[in-house]
Amino acid sequence: MIIANRLTKLFDEFTAVADLSLQVNQGELVALLGPNGAGKTTTVRMLSAILRPTRGEAFINGHHVVKEAQAVRRSIGLLTEQPGLYDRMSGLEYLQFYGRLYGLEPDFIERRSLELYERFAMPNTADRRLGEYSKGMRQKVSLIRAMLHDPAVLILDEPTSAMDPHSAKLVRDAIEELRADRRAIILCTHNLTEAESLADRIAIIKHGCIVAQGSTLELKAQLLGRPQLELQADRPLNGVVLELDGLITPELVQECIVRFRTDNPTVTNPILVRKLTESGVGVISLREVSQSLEEVYLQVVAG
Amino acid sequence: MTFGNLSLPTREDFYLAALVTRREVRDSFRDWRIIIPIILLTLVFPVLATVTAQRMLSFTAQYGGELVGERLMPFLLLVVGFFPMSFSLVIALETFVGEKERKSLEPLLATPLSNGQLYLGKVVAALVPPLTASALGILVYMIGIRLTVGWTIDLELLIQILLLTAVQGLVMVAAAVVVSSQATSVRAANLLASFIIVPMALLLQAEAVIMFWGTYATVLWLIIAGLLVTTLILVRMGIHLFNREELLGRDIDHIRLGWMARLAWNRFAMRGEDGRYPSVRLWYRHLMAFLPVLKLPTAVLLGVLVLSILGGLAATLLFPFPEALQGELTYERIVSNAQQLQLIVGDLPAVIFLHNVRVLALAAILGLFSFGVMGVVIFMLPWAVLSYLTAQFALAGGEPLRFLVGAVLPHATLELPALLLAAAAALRWHAIIIAPPREQLISESWLLAAADFARVFIGLVIPLLLAAALVEGYLTPRILLWLYQ
Repeated sequence: MIIANRLTKLFDEFTAVADLSLQVNQGELVALLGPNGAGKTTTVRMLSAILRPTRGEAFINGHHVVKEAQAVRRSIGLLTEQPGLYDRMSGLEYLQFYGRLYGLEPDFIERRSLELYERFAMPNTADRRLGEYSKGMRQKVSLIRAMLHDPAVLILDEPTSAMDPHSAKLVRDAIEELRADRRAIILCTHNLTEAESLADRIAIIKHGCIVAQGSTLELKAQLLGRPQLELQADRPLNGVVLELDGLITPELVQECIVRFRTDNPTVTNPILVRKLTESGVGVISLREVSQSLEEVYLQVVAG
Repeated sequence: MTFGNLSLPTREDFYLAALVTRREVRDSFRDWRIIIPIILLTLVFPVLATVTAQRMLSFTAQYGGELVGERLMPFLLLVVGFFPMSFSLVIALETFVGEKERKSLEPLLATPLSNGQLYLGKVVAALVPPLTASALGILVYMIGIRLTVGWTIDLELLIQILLLTAVQGLVMVAAAVVVSSQATSVRAANLLASFIIVPMALLLQAEAVIMFWGTYATVLWLIIAGLLVTTLILVRMGIHLFNREELLGRDIDHIRLGWMARLAWNRFAMRGEDGRYPSVRLWYRHLMAFLPVLKLPTAVLLGVLVLSILGGLAATLLFPFPEALQGELTYERIVSNAQQLQLIVGDLPAVIFLHNVRVLALAAILGLFSFGVMGVVIFMLPWAVLSYLTAQFALAGGEPLRFLVGAVLPHATLELPALLLAAAAALRWHAIIIAPPREQLISESWLLAAADFARVFIGLVIPLLLAAALVEGYLTPRILLWLYQ
């Protein structure tokens, strides 16, 4: 659905994006993460047929982004970083304008706009001037604009920024539904929790290149190493841990808690529990220590 | 609509462009900063102009100067039409660069609209409100002046003023698009707009003089034609610049003097990628390899040369020398002039050389501000004058061929190629901003063309002019004397 093959964009002597390859299938959501100026916006603009790649090629819904730019733009719903609304228009007038640019009928536009207004908890506001809207409402109108023509591909740049938690939840639910409806979605965000909860895959961009790509679990395994496990016992473990040497590699021992890593937890963990029980130590819990996407991100971006 | 191959707009193009226009116009009419001045200029100013015309007419009549008052009325008509049109510039800058600044351009660029549809929609949108205001202002003035002083406007003048107003608006809007595409903020665009406002103000002053002169019918048509040509150039340039790449790809507008100097110097010196300079021989080889690039401007200039010669001949028929002056074209006079030239022959080559260099430098500078037009005009002048004088010789009973061979040919064989080369390189430099190569920035292509001009000028034109000056100073008078004695 979205295929980018070695996309490169140069501005004079500055390389904004270098050899970026990416694929997003139908019903898949890929989050693009990266610091400001990493090349996310330029990538999005190339995929949306707004900027022409200096090298490489990309296809959206089967259309070449340079040779079939208009078809590409017809297939995409783009939520830009800034809502960029016309303040002197009402919400409905604004959506009528955009809908008609996509060849939609006025009646259909009105029906769909009002439906989406309801859905994003903005009933009875479509006739108000956009200049009077709050930041979150503006963001939602911008999202409605991107969804209006029911595109096969959605590129969403910070969709929940400036939204209150309730609105953000509504938007996230809508994104989930779009994915379930077999859309290919790219989500650019700085909200790592959102990326982790929504994305099937995550691509981290740095200096115009994708430096890490995969599911959250894959990235964690790849970048943070084997998962860390934490065992909590019913008594201090100081003496006992020494006896476990060879079986696990303890990284932290605190009274009744030990944190360790192991190559093969399915084999090691039952032995560990048995050994401790034999030593008269009761195991209260044994769990994997959660490693956040933030750790992965910082590892990649900050080096 | 694809501007690349200039195919004709389709119905869909007009429909989508009209959507953009409608939205923009509606937006403009909701902005009191635009509406209030338009209303004032549409209603209040024409009334004021009517009162002024009435007062002036009665005032000048007291001193028998009715003519002044009568001439004022068509001039005020021009002003009444132009003032609301000046808003087209403000609206155009606002609609193009303002949208860019408010970040509402990107969503628009993400729609299936083509560059051409967007350009057309926005240009028309910038023209509609001021054009409406202008037409209304003219109407109010016409009614007012008819009711107060009984003056009825001549139909031809009305058509001319309406056309002039529309074309002036179009020039300003087309130029504003060019300015907008190079600016990243309304502030920067407003500063750059001086390049539009100043020539338009000068044009208006020239029109005012023409209107007061009285014989404006032909001149106004010529001005309209000239403005149409300017519009075409600006639209061509605007279409080239008005694309997604230029509008969103150029977010940086700081001056990079180091980069500019490096770019121009490297091109001029033909410095290699490894930073090494070529030998003089290699430098000249590069220069010769560049010359075919000047084929098109040279062809244009040759055409212009033929036109100026024909113009000179035509001028001879229209304005022949009076008999007293024809006496100056006798053999004796020519011989005496040539003998006098020989007396100062020591200084002559330097004077000729410096004069020629000065004229070419002037042509290059003037061309910078007129897309090369003024440069071409200066290039035309000597040939027109020469053909005029030669034809006068023929009229006076002389032998034009002998005059040409004796007085012109010896040094012209060197001077003509020098002038052609300089004018062609200058024309390419001046006109390159109309349609710079796709892969280059305007500033980049302009600087490279400037460096190319400098290469041609220093490497070929100056040596040729030097040689021509020596021939003209030392050899031409001798040949002339030999031929005529």
